[in-house]
Amino acid sequence: MTRRVIASPLLWPALALIALLGLNVVLTPSFLAIRVEDDHLYGSLIDILRNGAPTMLVALGMTLVIASRGIDLSVGAVVAISGALACAHIAAQPDGNSVTTVATAMLIALGAAVVLGLWNGILVSSFGIQPIIATLVLMTAGRGIALLITNGQIVTVTSERFRVLGAGYALGLPVAILVSLAVFAVVATITRRSALGMLLEAIGVNPEASRLAGVRYRTIVFAVYVFSALCAGIAGLMIASNISAADANNAGLWIEMDAILAVVIGGTSLLGGRFSLTGTILGALIIQTLTTTVYTAGITPETTLVFKAVVVIAVCLMQAPKFRRLLRRRRGAAGPPTVPDDDVAESAPRTDTVAAS
Amino acid sequence: MAPTSTAESPTPVVEMRDISISFPGVKALDGVTFRLLPGEVHALMGENGAGKSTLIKALTGVYDIDAGSITVAGVPCRFTGPRQAQDAGISTVYQEVNLCTNLTVAENILLGREPRRFGRIDHRALNRRARDLLSHLELDIDPRSTLGAHPIAIQQLVAIARATAVSARVLILDEPTSSLDAEEVAELFRVIRQLRDNGTAVLFVSHFLDQVYEISDRMTVLRNGRRVGEYVTADFGRHQLVTAMLGRELELLDEIAETAQETHRNDMVPPIVSTSDIGRPPRVHPVTLDIFPGEVVGLAGLLGSGRTEFARLLFGADRPTSGHLSVDGKQARLRSPRAAIARRFAFTSEDRKAHGIVGELSVRDNLVLALQARRGFARPLSAKAKNRLVRRYMEALDIRPRDPNTLIKNLSGGNQQKVLLARWLITQPALLILDEPTRGIDVGAKAQIQKLVTELAADGMAVLFISTELDEVVRISDRIALMRDGHNIAQLDGGCPVSELTRLIASGSQQ
Repeated sequence: MTRRVIASPLLWPALALIALLGLNVVLTPSFLAIRVEDDHLYGSLIDILRNGAPTMLVALGMTLVIASRGIDLSVGAVVAISGALACAHIAAQPDGNSVTTVATAMLIALGAAVVLGLWNGILVSSFGIQPIIATLVLMTAGRGIALLITNGQIVTVTSERFRVLGAGYALGLPVAILVSLAVFAVVATITRRSALGMLLEAIGVNPEASRLAGVRYRTIVFAVYVFSALCAGIAGLMIASNISAADANNAGLWIEMDAILAVVIGGTSLLGGRFSLTGTILGALIIQTLTTTVYTAGITPETTLVFKAVVVIAVCLMQAPKFRRLLRRRRGAAGPPTVPDDDVAESAPRTDTVAAS
Repeated sequence: MAPTSTAESPTPVVEMRDISISFPGVKALDGVTFRLLPGEVHALMGENGAGKSTLIKALTGVYDIDAGSITVAGVPCRFTGPRQAQDAGISTVYQEVNLCTNLTVAENILLGREPRRFGRIDHRALNRRARDLLSHLELDIDPRSTLGAHPIAIQQLVAIARATAVSARVLILDEPTSSLDAEEVAELFRVIRQLRDNGTAVLFVSHFLDQVYEISDRMTVLRNGRRVGEYVTADFGRHQLVTAMLGRELELLDEIAETAQETHRNDMVPPIVSTSDIGRPPRVHPVTLDIFPGEVVGLAGLLGSGRTEFARLLFGADRPTSGHLSVDGKQARLRSPRAAIARRFAFTSEDRKAHGIVGELSVRDNLVLALQARRGFARPLSAKAKNRLVRRYMEALDIRPRDPNTLIKNLSGGNQQKVLLARWLITQPALLILDEPTRGIDVGAKAQIQKLVTELAADGMAVLFISTELDEVVRISDRIALMRDGHNIAQLDGGCPVSELTRLIASGSQQ
């Protein structure tokens, strides 16, 4: 049992998260406190969940893209476009608070996100362009499109209904985190209850073998890019809704990097194949907690990135098979030699050499 | 030098005692003891998956051993890397020459140990020392020539020269002859004998029994990660050796020929597939071929003769530029493997690693991949149905280890091939296209696969069987289509002698 826990690839991200939370408690003793006001929960933990919701959502989409051996750099741009479209639509209507206006705005934004996902999907699956290049196109062009939509201005809207998604509460919790968790639940169910997860992993590990085995390579690759863009679209709505404005320049800036980082911290390899959605959620929470820690610890903005880098490197090292073996050997020198057994098979590092002669 | 008997033997230069190594899901070596004497050529024998490579990697420090001890020249060693093994005088020459083809012969031989002058490489001294080493082995190779300009055989000899430059006490040759012709093998053996006579212990691994009997003094046989025994080659007959390597699987070989005789195609039914001038020049020129239910059609020819390319056209992996194809008597266009699979075609590629296995996934997932892909992701096989299928096929095809959770990359080549076969058999295909299904796998698995193919045909499946080994093609095929330079030059009956096939491949015409 203990062996199984130690071998679990989720162990180190989970420990890192706990350590970060612990650090925060030391810095601010009231960190874990959760207050109830007007049936709403407030507190640092709730803030982390709410502020981390968009990254979490984008990272979920990114997980599936990375599992297929791809990468989606355009999510930040899609976030900006989605927010810009929604705000521009609401701002143009006489009654920004009507249900129809808000619903139409959201549908327009998500529709656009799907179209952008289709574009990425076509480039990657039909034309066989390398994912990093294909999505780079939209990454650069997309923010320009968002600026065109908002005429280069920050479009502010006054719509209480629109604010619900990013700043509202339901069941005592922020709506944003509920949406992200709902998407997580749906994706986890679909990938693991249907055969999609297995087929996706097969494509990520060996695309040609999968194609020859009759797996719908194109369709699945297509679908993951559309899904990724859709997640980014929802995240864009959340961000715009939270501040009641569309900031085409800054909305979702570098969110693709945070999302990729969350996926990697969560234990999904950038080489594609096996993926862990739970790991990604943990990864996204780590990144958001880091950001919060930086603020509560009063670390100057200049050193923020360095601090982030140190934590990320530590987590990644703990996951690296070579580094773990090194640690094990150190420990093994004192105790009895460690014999690899079946429990380790779950987390067998991909660099492990073939045992057959 | 004569083989030495155990009683009067000198101290072993290498003594490995009770070595055990485990990998996730596999016990690769289980208490294996191995002794290598100075001045002998020792053959390490066993099927794929028997543990030969693992034993070599334990000796060369690539793998850490879980239990047991290694002694080199009387000194207990615990290698934690290949470098330490090299320092102890153990050198290895692998099947694939891993030298730098862009450097010169001399640079390769002394790579990392170049003579220096004023901190720079002294090329004159470098070439001189390399020439000395080469002439010591009586090799006539210009040390200043680029390594890549030489054929593989010469590169291999250079690799051996490099090994001797470190004054190797032990030289390990892992399948050194697999890509050499007879003359090159003779040259290699001359060098090996010379090294042996100078006192070097040579560990020799080869699939070719003739060569093993020609060169080795003693041999150690492994099976399923255990040592079967240590023998003096001269006293150990071929039949004994094969029995030791295979255990009970030997009798299978005899059954195959019998079963093959019993399969006969039913002329009353239409062909499963019939191609009419299907081609994709220049690799495949128009081929017209019918394949009937219940028959094995062998597709023979040299490497690059268009066999694989034709199979890919048939399976929709590539699209033909000419001709048409009918399935069950109806015209069909196969635009993708999916379209072919929908018509109950199945295809295992010759490139098992790149186009076959999905290495990071388990044996279970690999087994059900094609069936699941055909059902679509929305209709997943239940865990129960999956386990039932997996258990049945793992038993039927004798896939080892019998644990479906093992990652397929940890299986031996033969077992991987069986998983791939099972992947398709689960889909109950009408036409099974097998491209080199027995290449690079051991005799036992080979026999099992050949037997399976003939049984499947007897049950009414149509099989297109591609192989480089003409013996094999003749043994199991009802008809043989012969490819040469992209042309289908002949279609013959299964009974035709191998010599006739060889003649046709060589001359390219039917008399």
